[in-house]
Amino acid sequence: MSKQFQFKLVLLGESAVGKSSLVLRFVKDQFDDYRESTIGAAFLTQTVTLEDQTTVKFEIWDTAGQERYKSLAPMYYRNANCAVVVYDITQASSLEKAKSWIRELQRQADPSIVIALCGNKLDLAARRQVSQEEAKKYADEEGLMWGETSAKTGEGVSEIFTAIAKKLPQTAPPSARGGAGRPGAAARTGVDLNKQATAGPGQTEPCNC
Amino acid sequence: MDEEYDVIVLGTGLTECILSGLLSVEGKKVLHMDRNDYYGGDSASLNLTQLYRKFRPDQAPPAELGRDRDYAVDLIPKFIIANGELTRILVHTDVTRYLEFKQIAGSFVYRDGKISKVPSTEMEAVKSPLMGLFEKRRAKKFFEFLQSWKEDDPNTHQGIDLDKHTMSQVYEKFGLEPGTQDFIGHAMALYLDDDYKTKPARPTYERIVLYTSSMARYGKSPYIYPLYGLGELPQAFARLSAIYGGTYMLDKPIDEIVTDADGKFVGVRSGNETVKAKQVVGDPSYFGAGKPTEGGKVRVVEEGKVIRAICFLKHPIPGTDDADSAQIIIPQNQVGRRNDIYIAMVSSTHNVCAKDVYVAIVSTIVETDRPEQEIAPGLQLLGPIYDKFVSVSSIYTPTSGGQSDNIFITRSYDATSHFETVVDDVHDVWKRMMGKDLTLQKRNVEVEA
Repeated sequence: MSKQFQFKLVLLGESAVGKSSLVLRFVKDQFDDYRESTIGAAFLTQTVTLEDQTTVKFEIWDTAGQERYKSLAPMYYRNANCAVVVYDITQASSLEKAKSWIRELQRQADPSIVIALCGNKLDLAARRQVSQEEAKKYADEEGLMWGETSAKTGEGVSEIFTAIAKKLPQTAPPSARGGAGRPGAAARTGVDLNKQATAGPGQTEPCNC
Repeated sequence: MDEEYDVIVLGTGLTECILSGLLSVEGKKVLHMDRNDYYGGDSASLNLTQLYRKFRPDQAPPAELGRDRDYAVDLIPKFIIANGELTRILVHTDVTRYLEFKQIAGSFVYRDGKISKVPSTEMEAVKSPLMGLFEKRRAKKFFEFLQSWKEDDPNTHQGIDLDKHTMSQVYEKFGLEPGTQDFIGHAMALYLDDDYKTKPARPTYERIVLYTSSMARYGKSPYIYPLYGLGELPQAFARLSAIYGGTYMLDKPIDEIVTDADGKFVGVRSGNETVKAKQVVGDPSYFGAGKPTEGGKVRVVEEGKVIRAICFLKHPIPGTDDADSAQIIIPQNQVGRRNDIYIAMVSSTHNVCAKDVYVAIVSTIVETDRPEQEIAPGLQLLGPIYDKFVSVSSIYTPTSGGQSDNIFITRSYDATSHFETVVDDVHDVWKRMMGKDLTLQKRNVEVEA
């Protein structure tokens, strides 16, 4: 029986650096050139299988635009096992924003969180403003993982998520194993509202629609 | 802020966040703002720093209480009744995926100087000291009557018309003692005063059915509670709104509700920016809070006051069998009041405070000009209180429906023990705004394997 882990992954970064595109590429292997800012993105999950047959299921939380006016709720960071902080390699200012998100994570999130700094839009390397050396140096200083990706071509995308998956089961606290803080119904420890209990007489018929 | 919106929502309390989420799902372009830098408004859960900043700006939280981040202290004492309307909305909107719930361990009622568990099973009912042997038989007949009631089968009605007979008449028919009536009306039907007795019995019947079916759903008590505090509820609905395109701005001062010459809503001004929308909805604090607003118009009026005392304890509440969470109801008759006193207690089991700390909120509707004395019978049940934060809040209600000026105002959080009146308000505001009833449709949820 192979091992299975489930983790909550949160995305962070300035608007328009390609957070949603990165997830769309990772989860559906799609890219949309004219993608508007995130609307209606439901709850995405994707599973990575490692060489030793361990499977890592990511429960992915997109910011849903709440980062735009610094209005992300504490709920967003809560029980996050890993974070992908995205910047745009063609915008130097987006790395500065990424650094401030990393400070926010270090303040708000669980200390054991695995953070990956991700330079997106590698397909636009000709207009590069952020050098690999600069970003890598910062990541090393802060103890972060680092990689560059292109959500458009797919380059580096599965690599960065796989790298996170490899790092996770070793670093995450035991409580996160086999189900992250806010997992699907299967791993819940509390009561499940979606499961309708059979109840005594006098109960109005629960609605399943 | 130069865009125009369909709806501006002011305040991120639960009522506003549910409305915001439902409006966004409906396809409305929503801008949601709050003057605070945290979600939840009056229904927020605060960490220690925020709690002290609110109640004691000159004092830092004592180190002894532990880590700031371990705390999520509710400002209003409410639980979710398991089989109620809020649960239905949570499930229908699929907001449950952002939340995790636990049961509240027990429901207790005060009688003759001590507290007893509200029976949750027939076994507990038989052993309960709340009724004598003969009274238990009479009560059994009463509950059998309620359980077997079928609307279209007159044989089950035993000559009672729920829409004509008063609840007093129903109690009399079954010969129930005043103490039992207190227990049924206050600990099960959750009425705050005795006015229900002289009114038709149907609403009481419905409330008892809600209570017993909620009790049956998970077993220990009729209540459930979100881990990390009630403040998670508005955050979860805000996320729903954002996912459907809602724009969020916290920490945004709201300086003026701008209206045209006819008094109709135009937009909201913050500093020197004005953002326009067709409609505005918000909590009473954004609309004068009982005082005249721009143009001398009083948009909300006070209909009463609630006192709430947030108490930190270093022990479970005596007499609750060391329950990690509980509701205790002190029926008004027991302490010579018009309104019940409630105690709502949660603890580290619900991830709202450090280990070995218990957070109890004692509350009641204010009847005198010395409200803190009014809650004394509740405070006395708690044992030694480590620290206490007392507030008296006005309950505001809007003076107009909003259809004439496109200004729709929600109600303040009342003294009831659960969120059903909040959901009633959501339905009411929705109908005023949209001109039709709110019908809940299941979202199409995209979930990959």
